[in-house]
Amino acid sequence: MTVFGVPLPAILGQLMLGLVNGSFYALLSLGLAVIFGLLGIVNFAHGAFYMLGAFAAYIALQFFGVNYWGALILAPLAVGLLGVVIERLFLRRLYRLDPLYGLLLTFGIALIAEGVMRGLFGASGKSYPVPTLLQGGLNLGFMVLPIYRAWVVLASLTVCGMTWLLIERTRLGATLRAATENAQLVQAFGINVPLLVTSTYGAGVALAALAGVLAAPVVQVSPLMGSSLVIVVFAVVVIGGKGSITGAIVSGLVLGLIEGLTKVVYPEASNIVVFVIMAVVLMWRPSGLFGKE
Amino acid sequence: MILKSLTVAVCTVFCLCASGKASAAGDQIVIGDIDDLSAVYADVIGQGGIEAVNMAIADSGGSVLGKKVVFLSADHQNKPDVGASKFREWADQNGLNMLLGGSNTGVSIAMAKVAAAKKVPFIAIGAAGASLTGADCTPYTVHYSYDTTALGNGTASVIVKEGGKSWFFLTADYAFGTQLQEAATRVVTAMGGKVVGAVRVPLGTTDFSSFLLQAQSSGAQVLGLANAGTDFSNSLKAANEFGITKTMKPAALLAFLSDIHSLTLQTAQGLYLTTGWYWDLNDDTRAFSKRFFAKTNKEPTMNQAAYYSATMQYLNAVKSIKSTDPDLVMAQLKKTKINDMFAKNGYIRADGLMVHSMYVMRVKTPAESKYPWDYYKVVKVMSGEEADGSQPDPSCSLVKK
Repeated sequence: MTVFGVPLPAILGQLMLGLVNGSFYALLSLGLAVIFGLLGIVNFAHGAFYMLGAFAAYIALQFFGVNYWGALILAPLAVGLLGVVIERLFLRRLYRLDPLYGLLLTFGIALIAEGVMRGLFGASGKSYPVPTLLQGGLNLGFMVLPIYRAWVVLASLTVCGMTWLLIERTRLGATLRAATENAQLVQAFGINVPLLVTSTYGAGVALAALAGVLAAPVVQVSPLMGSSLVIVVFAVVVIGGKGSITGAIVSGLVLGLIEGLTKVVYPEASNIVVFVIMAVVLMWRPSGLFGKE
Repeated sequence: MILKSLTVAVCTVFCLCASGKASAAGDQIVIGDIDDLSAVYADVIGQGGIEAVNMAIADSGGSVLGKKVVFLSADHQNKPDVGASKFREWADQNGLNMLLGGSNTGVSIAMAKVAAAKKVPFIAIGAAGASLTGADCTPYTVHYSYDTTALGNGTASVIVKEGGKSWFFLTADYAFGTQLQEAATRVVTAMGGKVVGAVRVPLGTTDFSSFLLQAQSSGAQVLGLANAGTDFSNSLKAANEFGITKTMKPAALLAFLSDIHSLTLQTAQGLYLTTGWYWDLNDDTRAFSKRFFAKTNKEPTMNQAAYYSATMQYLNAVKSIKSTDPDLVMAQLKKTKINDMFAKNGYIRADGLMVHSMYVMRVKTPAESKYPWDYYKVVKVMSGEEADGSQPDPSCSLVKK
């Protein structure tokens, strides 16, 4: 049986891989959407924090003997803390200005982070081993799926679900959303809005770092690993609807699948298909698929 | 006030440019290096290449014919227009005498055109594309370190001989990848093998698993990796993860020492690759590498060694003809045998290609590796003619037919 002249098992295999990539996109665009939707910052340093998360895992393993599972917790904490410092020192001063300033600042931070890591570890990067517990593959009939990739899907969907619940269904989430609508009013109720904003930025950054740790065993940990991804992730957020949490998760997964299919049908276009879709979506729905007018 | 300081600034800049031009034309020999200093190929040459050129200049005494040797370097960011315009600027304003070309075939093709227009000798080292001494050749181009033809002849012929008859290519989708795939395909089909499929992957792709799955379902015996740098590392890493290296034999058409170092032997072991030079070949290479290591804390790659060798060759040519005239220097370079730690009896043929021995290597297993950076085992030594053919490329306009 064939679809578009491609055997069905091959299509299923590619869809599976698309799902894996889609979960990375979802996790990254989630952090970006949280930061953009709640703070209005166009966080161009998101790819750099993803890269720093992966390097934090590598450094933890090489120099401190902390294994993968430890890194999964410690790396997002460390990088999230860095995000908090950056928010306190720099971003805080830009909230009243045009969003363009935040974009420029975070872009600059990304360049500095990449430059520092290149200076320390070189451009070709480092290898991070797959944790022993997750080595090997699952035979799905149409393909052998490495257990690690299955774990990535599971982990990222769980984290996405939990973040969605936290923001849309808890009191803390409600306060947060209220603070972004009208900060002064919320502050008048005795809630520490600046603290809320700082911790939200830290949490968004930690999500990027978590994606970095998850990616470390499957791709070369290199200073440029984030900059090649961040543009795609921005497109995912735009397609999903600026600031929409649901939109970021759903469009991340769907775009991963579409990209996976493109890799079979017309591989040369696999790095632009996301942008073509973005252009089409913006023409049809300027606020994105899940965005509010 | 602002206007005044602006005027002063503009004047200063003008004076500086003018004086730079005057001094460059007279009492300096200016060598330039345009390379990827910050992105995917920065570890192949990059800062190490700059160090190698500085070593060569110091070994020549810092001045030649009583003129101080000045060294300029710039980052082309893998953009052909950036490389070409920097080259043009140095040729027009800094009195550039010779340019070393770093990684990236696309950028080097653009720079070769500038070399022809400005009549500045251009020694291409990092670029692999054989068209630099074929369809894109110029009277001022030397292709020094290696090319796609030699890479194909090396790795592909050894693997086909060992029984790897059917091939599937994973190709970087630009000039370098396609030329590399063509060169390897020629060798495979000439030796009775066949290419069952190929997929062109955009440069800078991080996830290769989809393409590898396609390679696996093709049923080919050999996975030809016609890519380089991080693309190469990521594709080999994913091939390991998906267990594809168990059913298919991976063939690296271009891998550098820096790639193997960052992948670690655990992932890269058993891989075949072709190189023009290796730090641990003989006493000469080890002596150079020891000095290089003391400065950079890394063993040199083939291209970093070539940077040193090419700079020495150029300065020696200038010394012996007592002139920096580009036509005289090119004639001198083409008639001098190259004998140093980089090449034995190497020579530059009519189309500009530097013909020298190439080595097919197998990456050692972690158990075979006895000391740091002990990565390669020599499988086959190819003479220059075996690697690149005995005749100059007929598609080069300089070759008499």
